[in-house]
Amino acid sequence: MRFESPDTIEQAVELLNTCDGISRLLAGGTDVLVQLRLALVEPDLIVDIKNIAGMRNITAEDGGFRIGAAVSGAEMGEHEGLVALWPGVVEAMELVGSTQVQGRATLAGNLCNASPAADSVPAMVVANAVARIVGPNGTRDCPVIDIPVGPSKTSLAKGEVITSIYLPARPDNSGDAYLRFIPRTEMDIAVSSAGVNLTIDSAGVVTQAQVSLGAVAPTVLVVDDAAKAIIGTKLDDDAISALQAACSAACNPIDDKRGTVEFRTKTAGVMAKRAALIAYSRAGGSK
Amino acid sequence: MVTEYKEGSVGAELGQREFKVVGTRPPRPDGVDKVTGRALFGADLTAPGMLHATILRSPHAHAKIVSIDTSAALAMDGVKAVVTSDDFVKQGGSGNQDTLDNCMARGKVFYDGHAVVAVAATSVMVANAALKLIKVEYEILPHETDVDAAMLDSAPVLHAGRKFRNIPEGNNANVSGFWEFGHGDIDEGFAKADIIVERSFKTAATHQGYIEPHATLATMGPDGRGEIWVSTQGHYMVRDLSAAFVGMETSQLRVTAAEIGGGFGGKTTVYLEPVALALSKKSGRPVKMVMTREEVFRASGPTTSSSTDVKIGMTKDGRITAGQAKPRYQGGAYPNITAMLGAMTAFASYDLEAVQTQAWNVLTNRPKQAAYRAPGAPMAIYTVESVIDELCQKLDLDPIEVRLMNAAKKGTLSSYGPTFDEIGLVATLEAAKAHPHYAAPLGPNQGRGVSCGFWFNFAGNTSVSMGINEDGTVSVIEGNPDIGGSRASISMMAAEELGIPFDKVRTIVGDTNSIGFNDVTDGSRVTFSVGLATIKAARAAIQNMCGRAAQVWGIDADAVDWVDGAAVPTGHNAGEFPPMTLAEIAADSAKTGGPIAGHHEVNADGAGVSFGVHLVDVEVDPETGFTEIKRYTVFQDAGKAIHPDYVEGQMQGGAVQGIGWALNEEYIYGEDGKLQNAGFLDYRIPVASDLPMIDAVILEIPNPGHPYGVRGVGETGIVPPLAAVANGVSHAAGVRMSELPMSPPRILAAIDGAK
Ligand SMILES: Cc1cc2nc3c(=O)[nH]c(=O)nc-3n(C[C@H](O)[C@H](O)[C@H](O)COP(=O)(O)OP(=O)(O)OC[C@H]3O[C@@H](n4cnc5c(N)ncnc54)[C@H](O)[C@@H]3O)c2cc1C
Repeated sequence: MRFESPDTIEQAVELLNTCDGISRLLAGGTDVLVQLRLALVEPDLIVDIKNIAGMRNITAEDGGFRIGAAVSGAEMGEHEGLVALWPGVVEAMELVGSTQVQGRATLAGNLCNASPAADSVPAMVVANAVARIVGPNGTRDCPVIDIPVGPSKTSLAKGEVITSIYLPARPDNSGDAYLRFIPRTEMDIAVSSAGVNLTIDSAGVVTQAQVSLGAVAPTVLVVDDAAKAIIGTKLDDDAISALQAACSAACNPIDDKRGTVEFRTKTAGVMAKRAALIAYSRAGGSK
Repeated sequence: MVTEYKEGSVGAELGQREFKVVGTRPPRPDGVDKVTGRALFGADLTAPGMLHATILRSPHAHAKIVSIDTSAALAMDGVKAVVTSDDFVKQGGSGNQDTLDNCMARGKVFYDGHAVVAVAATSVMVANAALKLIKVEYEILPHETDVDAAMLDSAPVLHAGRKFRNIPEGNNANVSGFWEFGHGDIDEGFAKADIIVERSFKTAATHQGYIEPHATLATMGPDGRGEIWVSTQGHYMVRDLSAAFVGMETSQLRVTAAEIGGGFGGKTTVYLEPVALALSKKSGRPVKMVMTREEVFRASGPTTSSSTDVKIGMTKDGRITAGQAKPRYQGGAYPNITAMLGAMTAFASYDLEAVQTQAWNVLTNRPKQAAYRAPGAPMAIYTVESVIDELCQKLDLDPIEVRLMNAAKKGTLSSYGPTFDEIGLVATLEAAKAHPHYAAPLGPNQGRGVSCGFWFNFAGNTSVSMGINEDGTVSVIEGNPDIGGSRASISMMAAEELGIPFDKVRTIVGDTNSIGFNDVTDGSRVTFSVGLATIKAARAAIQNMCGRAAQVWGIDADAVDWVDGAAVPTGHNAGEFPPMTLAEIAADSAKTGGPIAGHHEVNADGAGVSFGVHLVDVEVDPETGFTEIKRYTVFQDAGKAIHPDYVEGQMQGGAVQGIGWALNEEYIYGEDGKLQNAGFLDYRIPVASDLPMIDAVILEIPNPGHPYGVRGVGETGIVPPLAAVANGVSHAAGVRMSELPMSPPRILAAIDGAK
């Protein structure tokens, strides 16, 4: 096994592109190292991206923030501007693991590990986050939602590396939130989860909304019917019930040791309902 | 003058005696080593030329081993030895043979993870690579992991042709044990009842969950002498079994117990030790073995799972007229007696006219169960305490009043045979009733649960030796690995008896060659038995020191007493001499007859049973089935709390393990008979943020069987939480829960089902 820690993104791309065997990028390593220890994968090449310039920065850009691919969850939580603009994305990332894991785990790693239960992804999806990708054919931008294509599978081509995730600017009176269900209070994997992002007008009426669900399908689900159920409302009980029902209807989960189909379907709706209420109050709405 | 050291004089003073050291809370003697990393645990030792060994384990739940071909592995560079069951000495038809067969499968594999071959090599990586070259041909057999299904005639038979004793007609070949306890006329009792509740319950297998995996280092030289360093609750047990399995005399094998990172009963048997020793014998090199967490889950512990029918009758005013319980346990592929302990403990808290318990042990394709804190009691008592709670609910009676009305006390004929002596259940219930927790208001979706708990406590074979050093300090050697603070308690009892400060005493756990035999650290026996032996060893040393003083003073040894750490004349008639302290006597010992020591060996008795009562408030989220523990209080009789911090720690730890058992912990098997959650991610023990502070209230009802009144406290604490939490959840959720764990999906399904 070869371990490389290049200084430039070009070297990283070159290393990955010319590797014949199995390669893995290493950001925080909180997934990669576990997989190595469990002998789930025996890579021929590991490329650490933490020494590449710019990878550890959070920069303001066009009213939003660009988050380098090696920025840890803990660093996101300490960034006041980011927390103020996208509290739901930050809280999702901060749910990952524990204090120790937080010091290492990254947004891009969470995304590229492509677990259906990854916590930050539903939150990034409703935030319309965009990944910047550098590969053998140059640089491209891709919506986060298009990166995972199935459990442990991404749409990234050979040699492609995510260099940053961009969280855009947002209108005033907007709020987002992320909630997950786990049987304990921490150190667990989402059984179901939901991200909600919305904007309200001065009367408290929702003008735009996005709703996503995690851990209830092979990839994150965007539930347009749930968003429609609350757009044009003040999140009254009927609207909330309609959102909850639309979420449960959209679920396509598996039955496994972590939860039954029935349980996941029901709690996904409950998480979405509760997340919507938090997002609404963050947007300045009062009920 | 109270001559506290003289035989028989102390028991009468129990409860009145004023202690100087006992009952204080000095800093733990093992604390600094543990927080600085200096403590040496099972995996911390290395030896020159050491090899590392790993194990090839069965991927099947049940299969015949047709052939094993290790030739390619042996030929690999760096591989030094391979062992299979052929390399061990047969033990005849005994329980020891089962233990050996569990260490290394013989002829058949009985569960997913059963050890088949072990390889010693120059590194773990080489050993693991070699495992991949081993060819095992299996003939796969049908399997069963569920206790009720394994009792059916259609179930696959695990040990065909093996006869188990005392099994009544009508049971299939997987039933390896049947027991029956009780007294009175059960039918007459039920006839007297105004109301009868009958229910069936299930509990899942849970793992002891110690943080330190099994680990050992074994060496055996060409002279046939061996050494083992190991994380264990009983190094004499490791010595006896390992020596027998590789065919050597016990005197030739010295076993040293490492500092231990948790055991809870799970380290009271052998897994790796005989294997490492056999590999060392073959290779001539020291061999180290450390389990991975996955191996710990698949192949060590856990406790039994259970399925139980309970029937209890009660009068309108809350008097129990009859109780019946039929627990069926499975503890894996080999016989065990945990179900018997379940049947004995089920109704132990109550003074009953008619009671009957019948228990079955059933063999299944799961790992061989190991002891887990009060083995068998938590699941049995859970079923009884749940039904009593339901009866109280139906009759609208206070659950503590009803328990008080029926509580066992001194003179009660227990449900398992003996008549109780001084016991603390009533005092414990009264303390719970009077505690502010019991009167605190409950919020929406909250419920309060109560449960009693009981454990026998064991005593057993014990040896202690102590040397009185020339500088006036004392070195104590005990032979029981310290899993709950015993080195502190033993030092405290030695200091108390000798009349010197705690910090003048250091207690260590000696190896198997330093003192006489000791039973395993289990059954909450150590503070009781080792404490008793320590006090008696101190008395032997005191007698010796009184003799030295008498010699110096030129008076009769009988005319000398021991008071506050010094020899004194018994009275004016004996002569006028200033007290001669322990330090003064020790400093002159070479001139007065040589070194001074005391030792005591005993097969102790009179451990004294222990009762506890737990109170818990829970809140259940009606939309997700999530349970939050809001408040928890433990009331337990400690007899006498030697070091109250440790006693509280035992009570809190027991409660937390019980909460995990009640809410989320379970062994999950797939259709293929393979364990699906062999890791701490999906085997969910509670994390710190899941829990409130567990309040501990210690009661002290002295045990007449111990010089200071001590009762064991290590196990009772895990008994009540299962029912306490289940009763709380049943009230909060508005539906009676009858299966553990009460994981969120199960609670939500019950709530929705009741709508
Ligand atoms: C104890 C523990 C608890 C955890 N709890 C949670 C939890 O609660 N919720 C949750 O969602 N996850 C959890 N995880 C999983 C993990 O921490 C997260 O998925 C984390 O965000 C991964 O980030 P990382 O930087 O450590 O990724 P790494 O392990 O470094 O990488 C993960 C994957 O992404 C690829 N990758 C990394 N960076 C890039 C990049 N820039 N471009 C392309 N591919 C890349 C890697 O090759 C690898 O396949 C937990 C892990 C542990 C060990």
